[in-house]
Amino acid sequence: MITLTEKPFDPGAALSAFSAGRADTGAVASFLGLARGEAGRATALELEAWPEFTGPEIEKIADEAGRRFSLHDVAVIHRTGEIAPGEAIVLVMTAAAHRREAFEACDFLMDYLKSRAPLWKKEHGPSGARWIEPTTRDLADAERWDG
Amino acid sequence: MTKVLLFGRLRDVAGWRETEVTPAPAMLSDLRRRIDQAWPELARALAGPGIQTAVNRALVRGDIALAPGAEVAFMPPMSGG
Repeated sequence: MITLTEKPFDPGAALSAFSAGRADTGAVASFLGLARGEAGRATALELEAWPEFTGPEIEKIADEAGRRFSLHDVAVIHRTGEIAPGEAIVLVMTAAAHRREAFEACDFLMDYLKSRAPLWKKEHGPSGARWIEPTTRDLADAERWDG
Repeated sequence: MTKVLLFGRLRDVAGWRETEVTPAPAMLSDLRRRIDQAWPELARALAGPGIQTAVNRALVRGDIALAPGAEVAFMPPMSGG
């Protein structure tokens, strides 16, 4: 399930709910991304989404991850709007029979989210605001899964 | 009428997020020419690297025909997580 939310979420509660009632799942992996303060240089992060497009696009990749890594389940929670340093931006959770598939699916989904999901990030700080674009490393990370 | 949507830094460059272009351009390249006339700074930003275009919420490459009422979105390099 894909959730885009403007409100802060509780990652622990989300992980408990995701893990509950699974008799045949041996592994749940998760990745939690937090907004960095950059030693005072970032006072807030602004995340722009196009909900009617962003949600379905992430859903497509989550479905691909499900097939590629034989997942039992996958969920992504992504914040939008204004995010304070220390708050959770993204939580990816994957459930599989064994740990390797669960870990790899998390890695795959995060690499996609960092440079290919329709989301735009602006960092606000004392010296103004700047749009953040994917780094060369982010782009190379996503390419690892191509082909 | 063609609906045009901008995201990320493109909306800062143009100073708007959404507009309607009338009469509706027949092709995506016609729309780009109209943007060049009305918002030259935006046109320059659209010519930069990594800009993706979606027509009716599907990513497109190259030039395509636009049906009346089409929704065209211009998206700068994406960065979530």
